[in-house]
Amino acid sequence: MNSFFAVVQRDLRLAMRRKSEVLTALFFFVVVASLFPLGIGPEPGVLRKIAPGILWVGALLASLLSLGRLFSADFQDGTLEQMALSSTPLPVLVGAKILAHWLLSGLPLALLAPLLAVQFDLDGDAMEVLVLTLLVGTPLLSLIGAVGAALTLGVRGGEVLLSLLVLPLYIPALVFGAGAVEAQVSGIGYAAHVSILMAMLVMAAFFGPWMCAAALRVSLE
Amino acid sequence: MLKIFHWAAPQTFYPLAGKLWRPFAVLAAVLALVALYLGFFVAPTDFQQGEGYRIIFVHVPASWMSMVIYLAMAFWAFLGFTFNTRISGMMTQALAPTGALFTFLSLWTGALWGKPMWGTWWVWDARLTSELILFFLYMGYIALTSAIDDPRRADKAGGLLALVGAVNVPIIYFSVTWWNTLHQGASVSVTKGSSMAQTMLWAMLLMALAFWAYTIAMALYRVRSIILERERHTRWAQELAA
Repeated sequence: MNSFFAVVQRDLRLAMRRKSEVLTALFFFVVVASLFPLGIGPEPGVLRKIAPGILWVGALLASLLSLGRLFSADFQDGTLEQMALSSTPLPVLVGAKILAHWLLSGLPLALLAPLLAVQFDLDGDAMEVLVLTLLVGTPLLSLIGAVGAALTLGVRGGEVLLSLLVLPLYIPALVFGAGAVEAQVSGIGYAAHVSILMAMLVMAAFFGPWMCAAALRVSLE
Repeated sequence: MLKIFHWAAPQTFYPLAGKLWRPFAVLAAVLALVALYLGFFVAPTDFQQGEGYRIIFVHVPASWMSMVIYLAMAFWAFLGFTFNTRISGMMTQALAPTGALFTFLSLWTGALWGKPMWGTWWVWDARLTSELILFFLYMGYIALTSAIDDPRRADKAGGLLALVGAVNVPIIYFSVTWWNTLHQGASVSVTKGSSMAQTMLWAMLLMALAFWAYTIAMALYRVRSIILERERHTRWAQELAA
């Protein structure tokens, strides 16, 4: 458990030394979300209707943006091999890296989302649900994405390949995440969607680090 | 049990695949011809959909195969991880292009069927959407394995992806169905309420069997090429080529 927190702390500290990488992904989210009203037109009714989908797709792309860096630096300087050789099981260390990735990419997105939701004229209830789904959904994205990042480690054209592998697997999270906000707006209530999202998160948290560690061992061979 | 592992070596599997692929290819051709004859000339015209419905004799079996092949890939990947046999990874790779082909065929024939029946090439129906996502998964697998130069690593990485995908396919299908029912409640449905005429069912089943035989033949044919390519440094492969 100590090494788990040590890895989380290390990754956070490394990211704090290079703040621009974290902030770039956040600004990407803001810019993408702001482009849609410009392309579609400023009618509040339309914007309110498409807001959940757009904010979720934006969050999904933004978290994809930082996935490529999840293992690459550690892979290049040999840290990853040391992790694979250490006495702590690799899935635990990988889980720590995924947690750090979420704290750096998913959590800021979720916290920033209300600001963008105001631009799209979402009301308070819908905004709360949006933040809730992003809080539950972004760790799911990090967990699934980490497997893809591990598989494409050190591969030619890895970044583009990563998006091709991971985006189809993100679809359930997108469906239930954006669906929850829409259900809340239309008055059905968000409970069912969020429950399923949480169920998927629990499953991914159980299998994700383990699959990711297996993929890393393949890449490290 | 030992006998199975005997065939797991590329050197012994190569001649076996060579013996087997031709009969399967012939079987596929014969079955397809019979099924097409039944479908085009014997099966009665549908009283609602006219002649256009006949595309389902290709469309439905292609959709079945697109899903079966993904499961078969996951099966071989699983075998590869449990027994660490080299032929498993090669079989997974040999199946992928055929799977992608059938998925594409299913989407294309679906569009051709949709235009006269629904008046549109594409609707965001649950089945269509999940078939499209399945196509993305196949493309992802092919892209990943072809981007990795080391064949052993490509096998293992691809195998992991196939397994992750196979776990996700039901979840994706379920979520897309849910999404679809929420968004367009009164959407067109592919399921036909009426029971099918006996000949129609036969034509479809025969076509499905033809596609099975075609898939097996193609996978064996392709795996032979993969084996030769990877074993080109070995003596037996060089003797074969000489």
